[in-house]
Amino acid sequence: MQNPTTDHPIIEFDRVNKSFGDLQVLNRLSFTVDPGERVTLIGPSGSGKTTILRLLMTLEHVTPTKDPAADGGVIRVGGQPLSHMEKGGRLVVANERHLRQVRRRIGMVFQSFNLFPNMRVLRNVTEAQVHTLGRSKDEAEAKARELLDVVGLSAKVDSYPSQLSGGQQQRVAIARALAMDPDILLLDEVTSALDPELVADVLGVLRDVADTTSITMLIVTHEMGFARDVSNRVMMFDRGVIVEEGAPDEIFSDPREARTQDFLRAVLAE
Amino acid sequence: MDLQAVVDSLPRYGEPLLTTIVVTVASAAFALVVAFALGLMTSSKHLAIRTPARAFVEFIRGSSAVVQLFWFAFAMPVLLGIQFDYLIAAGIIALGLNYGAYSSEVVRGAIAAVPKGQLEAATALNLTPLQKMRLVVLPQAWPEMIPSLCAFAIMLLKASALVSIIGVMDITALAGLIGSQAGQDRLVHYSVVLVMYFILAWLIWTGMRALERKAKRGLGVDVKPVKGRLAPEVAAGGVR
Ligand SMILES: Nc1ncnc2c1ncn2[C@@H]1O[C@H](COP(=O)(O)OP(=O)(O)OP(=O)(O)O)[C@@H](O)[C@H]1O
Ligand SMILES: [Mg+2]
Repeated sequence: MQNPTTDHPIIEFDRVNKSFGDLQVLNRLSFTVDPGERVTLIGPSGSGKTTILRLLMTLEHVTPTKDPAADGGVIRVGGQPLSHMEKGGRLVVANERHLRQVRRRIGMVFQSFNLFPNMRVLRNVTEAQVHTLGRSKDEAEAKARELLDVVGLSAKVDSYPSQLSGGQQQRVAIARALAMDPDILLLDEVTSALDPELVADVLGVLRDVADTTSITMLIVTHEMGFARDVSNRVMMFDRGVIVEEGAPDEIFSDPREARTQDFLRAVLAE
Repeated sequence: MDLQAVVDSLPRYGEPLLTTIVVTVASAAFALVVAFALGLMTSSKHLAIRTPARAFVEFIRGSSAVVQLFWFAFAMPVLLGIQFDYLIAAGIIALGLNYGAYSSEVVRGAIAAVPKGQLEAATALNLTPLQKMRLVVLPQAWPEMIPSLCAFAIMLLKASALVSIIGVMDITALAGLIGSQAGQDRLVHYSVVLVMYFILAWLIWTGMRALERKAKRGLGVDVKPVKGRLAPEVAAGGVR
């Protein structure tokens, strides 16, 4: 499960640009994440946090640079280019086949759960194991039951997602992502769509995962207590660039930048 | 009006009724295959797959079903040298293509209506495009298609009367035939046929409702049967 080449950062953004039409969301963004690190991304709405996670999940694609070798604009995972691939000694924009290769290592949990409504809970967790990892049905089921136990939903294996609360659905979604044995787990505001009383259960599960595994995590959240407890590092974004980063205690207790101070004041006032 | 003559002639409807049912069921089955093939093709992100399918759908929809029927029955044998042993086959193919082209829009629409998040979750799990379609998209789109497909099936039943104009003896053709005979009343026979169509439509509708309930249960949704009233799309009128 652990990244074998620990001398590399597991995630590397090298001067990455991302525009939607005329709107430049990421502006030559560079950062790295070490294997096993838990990094929380904070920043105002529209600052590009979701875009960063979606780029990593290959749901979006970087805005290409002319010469990736010189100008950057490349995302790497475990030292391997993700947004690009090597072709004839040059980096070219990745094709679907390359993306299938590299995104195997990455899992994502979405704000809106996105469980498959046509499958019962157990099958939601087994299906991709069987079809993309080639596990046997028994193997996949054993793994699914184990993980559903971890997230406290053993009793719900035969339910449909529509029969579960939002918090339960999100815990199934976490189990579904973990079943694929990702090296990197992307969490995009996974509690934002939940009623307040259901948030604690989901965060509890994620704390467990953080404590018991060495999965690298990239977390976008407004739950500052959770971010402080779980993460090693906090990055504050604004307009597609990193305004400030540091250990959670530093950023939350003693932010240097005015923009970070304003942002945290606004979030805590909610 | 000689009611006895009408009653006595009722057994003669047996075989034509079977013909109407066969034409409807066979062309509906063919239409379903055509609808899925064209619906999947018009949903493709590849222009080379989408464009010919789109063109075919528009061509079929833009030309009269009656003319298509004549074409398959009488023009194709001459032009292409392909002759059906039974004219009924020409009817089934023409109706199947026609309603298949219309229904392909239902298939395409239902596929497009599957939330984007579902596809993104499937991508995050690294499913292939084919797996996404088979495991995630179609199972969710199918229940959404059923009411509209039901409406088309009922329209198809009614349109099956068109085969009478290429000389296939269905219930409409027979009503015209018997009705014109001495001692028979054409209006009464057409009324009899009207009731037959209605009963067949009701059967289709009932079957589709059951299918829909089953499909919705496959999404964990409990649907209460709705009483009365055909699907609203049926009221929207004919296809020609
Ligand atoms: N598919 C898209 N098309 C056009 N614009 C987009 C698209 N996706 C994101 N954007 C824009 O990019 C900017 C960054 O969006 P992003 O979702 O990454 O922000 P965010 O930091 O996650 O914000 P929030 O805290 O509200 O979730 C926003 O201005 C958004 O409107
Ligand atoms: Mg966001």
